[in-house]
Amino acid sequence: MTGRVIINIFRFCILVFLQVLILDNINFRGFVNPYLYVYFILLLPFEVSGWLLLFSSFAIGFCIDIFNGTLGMHTASSVLLAFFRPIVINSIASRKEFEPGMRPSISDLGFQWFFSYAIILIFIHHLALFYIEVFRFSDFFVTMSRVIFSTIFTLLLVILSQYIFFNPSKK
Amino acid sequence: MRNLFTYILKQYFFFLFLLLEIVSFSFVLQNNYQQATFLNSTGKVVGTVLSTFNNISGYFSLKKANESLIRENARLRNKMADKFLLTDTLVYYNVDSMFRYIGAKVISNTISHQKNYLVLNKGSLHGIKKDMGVITSNGIVGTVVDVSRSFSRVMSVLHVNNKINARIKKNNHLGTLEWKGNNYRYGYLTDIPMHVDLDPGDTIVTSGNSYIFPVGLMIGTVEEYYKQPNEKFNNALISYSVDYNNVYFVYIIVNLKKSELLNLERTQLNDR
Repeated sequence: MTGRVIINIFRFCILVFLQVLILDNINFRGFVNPYLYVYFILLLPFEVSGWLLLFSSFAIGFCIDIFNGTLGMHTASSVLLAFFRPIVINSIASRKEFEPGMRPSISDLGFQWFFSYAIILIFIHHLALFYIEVFRFSDFFVTMSRVIFSTIFTLLLVILSQYIFFNPSKK
Repeated sequence: MRNLFTYILKQYFFFLFLLLEIVSFSFVLQNNYQQATFLNSTGKVVGTVLSTFNNISGYFSLKKANESLIRENARLRNKMADKFLLTDTLVYYNVDSMFRYIGAKVISNTISHQKNYLVLNKGSLHGIKKDMGVITSNGIVGTVVDVSRSFSRVMSVLHVNNKINARIKKNNHLGTLEWKGNNYRYGYLTDIPMHVDLDPGDTIVTSGNSYIFPVGLMIGTVEEYYKQPNEKFNNALISYSVDYNNVYFVYIIVNLKKSELLNLERTQLNDR
């Protein structure tokens, strides 16, 4: 249990630094930006209690906000993502049975499950993030295209890192 | 009452979510209306982390930075007094300077958000204050909005709320420079009077009407002019002269006469 806590704290720090120092400087065509830090919330264990889920999401959003000088934006969308996480988990069916100690990953629950889990949650997060950022609905479709492209970009990185760090082929 | 408590306890996930969202939205609103960026309270940690990383990543951009500095040095050398033919009618000396420039290094810069900021490695310790202008050798960059002891945060030209007074160089008409948040290479010049004609390639410079930028600093060139027959004011698409994706060294402009000018304005207001 303590091992898991340490791993998650470690992951928190790594993702915040990765996001702030490297990924925020990637601007594909000037406006497509990956937000990989949500990976931390996606990877929290299934057994995590509700308040811890919400507070840790609040914390990671707040850290990103402080570095970007955009107070509240990432915090609000991360908390929204955390709120939807249990709902999405309950609504997606998996071919494998849930067992205690399972992680939300490709290796434990299969590619199809993880893909739909990740794409829904990342889309919710990015939708909230980009519309809070513009704070108006006038350029609705421009913002929507940013949401979609960034979702694809983030999803790509999430799945890539699943294959690099979780090694689904071994299981 | 007891039922209410048990209900809240049962649904605590939802209510906690609601509470946290209210907290974050209050941050968003505060940030939107006051332009406060919390650099003062968190400045030391954020600034130190960013500048440590910048010390490493800075090596990759050294070549480009050097090239732009050499180009600027050459231009300034051409402006030196001994480069001109000394006939006494042509040469004059400024007795009193109006602006002073402080060099600074960019340690963090974004272009992909709607509200982009830069962080510079100079702060109140070096005499930086709020509302000072920031430029590079190619054109304007933004305005200082927040200062800590040794760092400052700059509201970039690429910020949807940043409106800059601009002037069309060839006919001196005024307009407002805005950024609409989509492409970081292009902005808009709005409020151009309808009788003014613009051609692609016309130069847009700072107006000097605010005390932030000196007059005549390069902003960009006209890319396309959207003239509508029935509109009183027209817009033009402006291509920025600065590539905001690679700014490494900037100058912060100190207006030495600012307090004097503001005082004058205040007495004017009192007379009214």
